[in-house]
Amino acid sequence: MQNLYLAIPLASLFGAIIAGFFGKKIGRTGSHIVTIAGVATSFVLSMIAFNHIVFEGGEIFNQSVYTWMVSDGIRFEIGFLIDSLSVMMMCVVTGVSLMVHVYTIGYMHDDPGYQRFFSYISLFTFSMLMLVMSNNFMQLFFGWEAVGLVSYLLIGFWFKKDTAIFANMKAFLVNRVGDFGFILGIAAIVMYTGTLDYKEVFQQADQIAKLNISIFGDTEFALMTVICILLFIGAMGKSAQVPLHVWLPDSMEGPTPISALIHAATMVTAGIFMVARMSPLYELSETALSFVMIIGAITALFMGLIGIVQNDIKRVVAYSTLSQLGYMTVALGASAYSAAVFHLMTHAFFKALLFLAAGSVIMAMHHKQDMSEMGGLKKYIPWTYGTMLIGTLALIGFPGFSGFFSKDAIIEAVLHSEIFGSGFASFAVLAGVIITSFYSFRLYFLVFHGKERMDDHTKSHIHESPWVVTVPLVLLAIPSIFIGWFTIEPMLFGDFFKGVITVLPQHDVLAQIGENYHGQVGFVLHGFKGPAVWFALVGFVMAWYFYMKDPQAADKVKQKILPVYNLLINKYWFDNVYQKVFAEGSVSLGKGLWKAGDMGLIDGLIVNGSARVVAMCSAIVRKVQTGYLYHYAFAMIVGLIYLLTDFVLF
Amino acid sequence: MIPLSSYLTLAAILFAISIAGIFLNRKNIIVLLMCVELMLLAVNINFIAFSHFLGDLSGQVFVFFILTVAAAEAAIGLAILVVLFRSRSTINVNDLDTLKG
Repeated sequence: MQNLYLAIPLASLFGAIIAGFFGKKIGRTGSHIVTIAGVATSFVLSMIAFNHIVFEGGEIFNQSVYTWMVSDGIRFEIGFLIDSLSVMMMCVVTGVSLMVHVYTIGYMHDDPGYQRFFSYISLFTFSMLMLVMSNNFMQLFFGWEAVGLVSYLLIGFWFKKDTAIFANMKAFLVNRVGDFGFILGIAAIVMYTGTLDYKEVFQQADQIAKLNISIFGDTEFALMTVICILLFIGAMGKSAQVPLHVWLPDSMEGPTPISALIHAATMVTAGIFMVARMSPLYELSETALSFVMIIGAITALFMGLIGIVQNDIKRVVAYSTLSQLGYMTVALGASAYSAAVFHLMTHAFFKALLFLAAGSVIMAMHHKQDMSEMGGLKKYIPWTYGTMLIGTLALIGFPGFSGFFSKDAIIEAVLHSEIFGSGFASFAVLAGVIITSFYSFRLYFLVFHGKERMDDHTKSHIHESPWVVTVPLVLLAIPSIFIGWFTIEPMLFGDFFKGVITVLPQHDVLAQIGENYHGQVGFVLHGFKGPAVWFALVGFVMAWYFYMKDPQAADKVKQKILPVYNLLINKYWFDNVYQKVFAEGSVSLGKGLWKAGDMGLIDGLIVNGSARVVAMCSAIVRKVQTGYLYHYAFAMIVGLIYLLTDFVLF
Repeated sequence: MIPLSSYLTLAAILFAISIAGIFLNRKNIIVLLMCVELMLLAVNINFIAFSHFLGDLSGQVFVFFILTVAAAEAAIGLAILVVLFRSRSTINVNDLDTLKG
């Protein structure tokens, strides 16, 4: 099986290299064929691996395939850990990636950077596969950074656009903050265990849990808490949790296919995946779990609120992504790792669907993204309309759709959780349901229903997207509806993740829910008893009232709660504060160091200063050199006389 | 018989004259060359005087060498002087201060 596993990431890499280096030679068609073939190979092989591990009960593969170096007993290896968690991630990543590849043929049709784009997204697939398949922290970190790099390249894909350059710089810098915490966490693990391998680290988890570490002065912290929070800071950067979320909405400057692939479905879930993978460590620190849960709850609630006031169609979906990532994080904090990963999977499908559908709307509108210029698009683009509706229903958790199962499981899990912060988190996830439903249907009504607000020129050109766009939409819509129904039982209550995700008995909220679980139908019916479904309905009715029944009402409400509106439209001033304090602060710090340190001290004092001293000395000494021959002769003779006297007399 | 001291005095006087010539002369570089030659001659007189009074011929052999070298030196010096005059149109010592710092 090793060759098969090795072939999975390498197939994508192969496509990326060919399209990247020989794109001009093989042309546009050639590059999309080679990259799609590469990713399709990865997808098919991932399916085979899935079948092998899950259905045939094949052995978990945990081996290194290449040793990069051994330093002081620490082995730096490339290795694969193929278990149910990674095969599931591999299938999701390659599946969504394949859809996005196909979709890109239509979306980027006229773009001059066509080959480059295909090369990047294939490279991304490779990086993400390396991340999820890894069996050690070094490779995890490699994948972590590689997806960050590709994300940077893709956000700034239109590198002549100033906003895109700003956004990719921002994404890169904010991710660096998270990565700093992440690498400190890895360093702490290596320091105390002396190994990078997951399995060996997990075996020593109990010893780590007993240790304390003093960081500032004599205050002692539990080592496990420190490690877990540091690792989670990395996840906060990559999975865009408050306060490191600011890069994700701006990343919408990139082309829509990558927003779907990277900034909704796969890369941003890397943090969730990582925490789930590290469950044996997180389980041993309740403080870290509380921290995770509170951060997730804040993200889930407050980022959703911003989505309500956005007018850019992609930004609404982006804030929805932030909010949903918050849900997953809350589930992690509640020790419902399987629920988080389950939501990750369903979310990957329906959020990719929503993004690609939004992209299809944007194409129909000739690359206009402002929802206030849309409306009534239903009859022009029926396929997009239908698939978008499915995505929306899945997102708000309409009973029976995939999002319903995962989201309801998370809400149930949080309600059952007893760790610190679960009360706030319960409130946040329940309130989040109303908000999710409200902004989703706001988008839906503004785009597809109501008055047609676009100008006549745009209106005459509205057209349904080509089949390369609609087919991926339909193919993503199918799992968005059904995948929850089929997978909830094994993933949440069965032994799909047995031996992969560790949950201590006292934290095991899913087992408590599992006691009342009697099949999918029972779960759906149970859902009607809980508040979530009704909350979603409330959100729907509110959206319907404000944007269909009485469109002026929204403005009136806006006037009444202007301070709140300002707070939301300014995104809680996170961006402004970061811009003013960190960005401008570091620029002025840099300028200060440049002026005082470099120009003043180094250039002025050390370099030019020493030169000036030499110049001053030599200005005195040069007077001696008159250039007259007789002066030199005189000096020679005086010297001679001196030497002679010296020699003769003494 | 002229005593050795007279020879040495003569040589010393010649040497002093040549040194004075080098210092006092501010005009002509040819005078400088002549002074250098004179200096060599003063040394030669010393050699010959000592050679004669000590009865050792090797001093006089050295004189021949010095004369030869002096001749060659004069030839080269004058040649350089000609080239110098061509390029600078002057042999005034006060004007030749390119080495001045």
